[in-house]
Amino acid sequence: MGAPAGDRWLHKRQVNEVRNISISTTSNNIDFAGSTSKADSTARKVTREAVIEKLLMISAGISILSIILITVFIFARGIPLVTQVGLSNFLFNLTWNPANKIYGIGAMFIGSLGVTLVALSWAVPLGLAAALFIAEIAPSAVGSLLSRFVELLAGIPSVVYGFFGLIVVVPFIRETFGGNGLSVLAGGIILGIMVIPTIINISRDSIMAVPMDYKVNSLALGATHYQTIFHVIMPAARSGIITAIVLGMGRAIGETMAVVMVTGNAVIVPGSILEPVRTMTSNIVLEMGYASGDHQAALFATGMVLFVFIVILNLLVNMVIKGAKKDGLS
Amino acid sequence: MTSLNKNKVKIKSQDVEVFYNKFQALYEINMDVEENRVTALIGPSGCGKSTFLRTLNRLNELIPGTEVKGQVFLDGQPIYSRDVDVVALRKKVGMVFQKPSVFPMSIYDNVAYGPRIHGIKNKYDLDSIVHNSLQAANLWDEVSDRLHSPAARLSGGQQQRLVIARVLAVNPEVILMDEPASALDPISTSRLEALIAELKESYTIVIVTHNMQQAARVSDYTGFFLNGYLVEFNRTDELFVNPRDKRTEDYITGRFG
Amino acid sequence: MGLADVKEKALTGLFWLSALMIVGVLVLIIGYIIVNGISAIDLKFILEPPSRAGKEGGISTTIVGTLYLTVVSLLLSVPVGVASAVYLEEYANPNSRFAYLVNLTAETMAGIPSIIFGLFGFVFFVIFLNMGWSVISGSLTLAIMILPTIMRTSQEAIKAVAPELRENSLALGASKWQTVQRIVLPSAVPGITTGIILSIGRAIGETAALILTAGSSLGMPINLSDPARSMAVHLYVLAMEGISMERAFGTACLLIVLIVILNFLANWSMRRLSRAAG
Repeated sequence: MGAPAGDRWLHKRQVNEVRNISISTTSNNIDFAGSTSKADSTARKVTREAVIEKLLMISAGISILSIILITVFIFARGIPLVTQVGLSNFLFNLTWNPANKIYGIGAMFIGSLGVTLVALSWAVPLGLAAALFIAEIAPSAVGSLLSRFVELLAGIPSVVYGFFGLIVVVPFIRETFGGNGLSVLAGGIILGIMVIPTIINISRDSIMAVPMDYKVNSLALGATHYQTIFHVIMPAARSGIITAIVLGMGRAIGETMAVVMVTGNAVIVPGSILEPVRTMTSNIVLEMGYASGDHQAALFATGMVLFVFIVILNLLVNMVIKGAKKDGLS
Repeated sequence: MTSLNKNKVKIKSQDVEVFYNKFQALYEINMDVEENRVTALIGPSGCGKSTFLRTLNRLNELIPGTEVKGQVFLDGQPIYSRDVDVVALRKKVGMVFQKPSVFPMSIYDNVAYGPRIHGIKNKYDLDSIVHNSLQAANLWDEVSDRLHSPAARLSGGQQQRLVIARVLAVNPEVILMDEPASALDPISTSRLEALIAELKESYTIVIVTHNMQQAARVSDYTGFFLNGYLVEFNRTDELFVNPRDKRTEDYITGRFG
Repeated sequence: MGLADVKEKALTGLFWLSALMIVGVLVLIIGYIIVNGISAIDLKFILEPPSRAGKEGGISTTIVGTLYLTVVSLLLSVPVGVASAVYLEEYANPNSRFAYLVNLTAETMAGIPSIIFGLFGFVFFVIFLNMGWSVISGSLTLAIMILPTIMRTSQEAIKAVAPELRENSLALGASKWQTVQRIVLPSAVPGITTGIILSIGRAIGETAALILTAGSSLGMPINLSDPARSMAVHLYVLAMEGISMERAFGTACLLIVLIVILNFLANWSMRRLSRAAG
């Protein structure tokens, strides 16, 4: 089979040429074990590879180092103050009066929760509906277009949201409901817009991950499209939906700039959603510029509470995901 | 074919056993692979033939939890030993995979990849290596006018020959082929088989194939693997005409119908 | 049948309405700010430094500050982030404790609010390391904030590189690092680029962390040790203190335009990625 003898001879010569070139230019790389010089260069190469691996490993360690430093430095600054004031006093005292050395973040804790709850109360249903729309209802071109809009929404800087809130939402509330407009409601509206992308993205992905079999079986049993969505798909995607809500909550609690610009920042427990409020994050950014001593330490302690809160939310999410994996759901 | 002379032993496998964690994939494989011959490894899927192929250039080490017992000798030197430079070994023992996997770069850069890795920078040297390797892989005439276009644009058959040219460019002595034709159409396959027949003049070739006609056409020696054992190893003409083992016969006749 | 039909139709209508509301909000915000801000932007606005605390003049120093902070933070975090991703995907045993910890911390860091990073940057870089309110303090803080994004997108991009390519390279006698350098990383470039673009967006919009670490000086930042005010911080100060609504609109408009452009770039780079993979 194959080429005539003459060709083959020619070919062999070419192959030999290939060998000659390689041999002449790579000198001693032919033996894979043996001569000392070779062993040396092998050792060098092995060391080089090992050094690179160590460097890469150190890079990977930088994130661990960062989180340790973050924790240590914030706690080191915050814990002495909390010990001095007393944890429950610090958390639940409604009076924040640095001039008289009274440090209680109770009102601001309530403020953060209040704004977050108002935000979630409308952002969760709307976000879930949009996630279902993208995953199950919209034609795929419409769905992916909406997804791109959501990405854009997620990319807008929080200070721009705050500015928009200050210029549009606050006057709207003032004119519609009275008061001066800087309020829990304004914060809840702006924060809601900001957490919608988080809620949509995570719940959409988990809805899309529901196995096709579930839908097919449900439809085959004569269920309508919507019965399938509400009775099969949503329960199957519930851990993803819970994750979306919890992470959205974390995002809302931690948000600073947008809230500080629209909530009025009075340290009071608001009687209604039309009254002003100050959140924990706002407190830090408002007073850090001039605080010193215990006052500054109290702001770090506020950050510490926030940090612990967020980490607990994250652990919660991890537990939800792990639990879902155990149940064979995603 | 009956006048097949005994050539020098290029690769000697001695009591090779391979474990993936607890699972034993190969049992006591002993085989002499002769220089400038094509040795085919056949058997049902999962029989260990590909695993064995990968012990010959220590590529199975990439899978965590793999353990190899026994020894493989290349030109009389053990390859499973601490002072072996795996890189130099793999340079000497090239490998062609089931699916032609071209690098996302130009045809030229694909072929020049190996030589560059091994330190050749001179453009003139690289040019001649690329030229000669492509010619040796019977691809030069088809691509000489577009060496710098992306390799991904080549057809499947051309890609497989490009991969072979890429292997030739590092100047190996042994070429391992893991079902190289399984993703190719019949015409490309027959071109590949012709190429293998040419290459054995200069190289020692070990080829895994699930296609028995192909093994019969291209190889001088054939080994039949079953459940991790090398059941029979013999000259190809002997093994297919006069199998000594009942299991070999069953496998061959079952396939040939 | 009739009633059920009406119910289905109404539900479908509600779902479309929810989608429209989201698009409406987006269009309203972007449109409102661009329509009201575009008239404030001219060459003088971009090229002139602010005067009288921002009441007059342009915003040139804050544009420079934003660019400076963004570039330095990327120079710091991209090498570390990509190297971490290479280590996790190519070298580390995925079941090792170390790999688990790195992934866990990156995940946790992604959820930490920027004000916390600001507090940390303030107490660690500004005070403890005595770097003061400066470009370098701000950039280091930003770098830590965007590290998880760079890491995650790089990890995804590296995971998407076909394993056969690695096998082929190693079988040609390439070392692991040569394979990473010449095969894996070039194939992962589009994915890594997407991560970098997303990080630029985050850096440009960041405010809370920068107020606490880079300061709010309106001077032109030249050295790494100079304080700097970013456009986002400038917008906050202008709006909160009611200094100049016209300039606040102009700044917000520039920020929005930048973010929209970056969003398009990220999408484009992502499409290039999926094309390369398929």
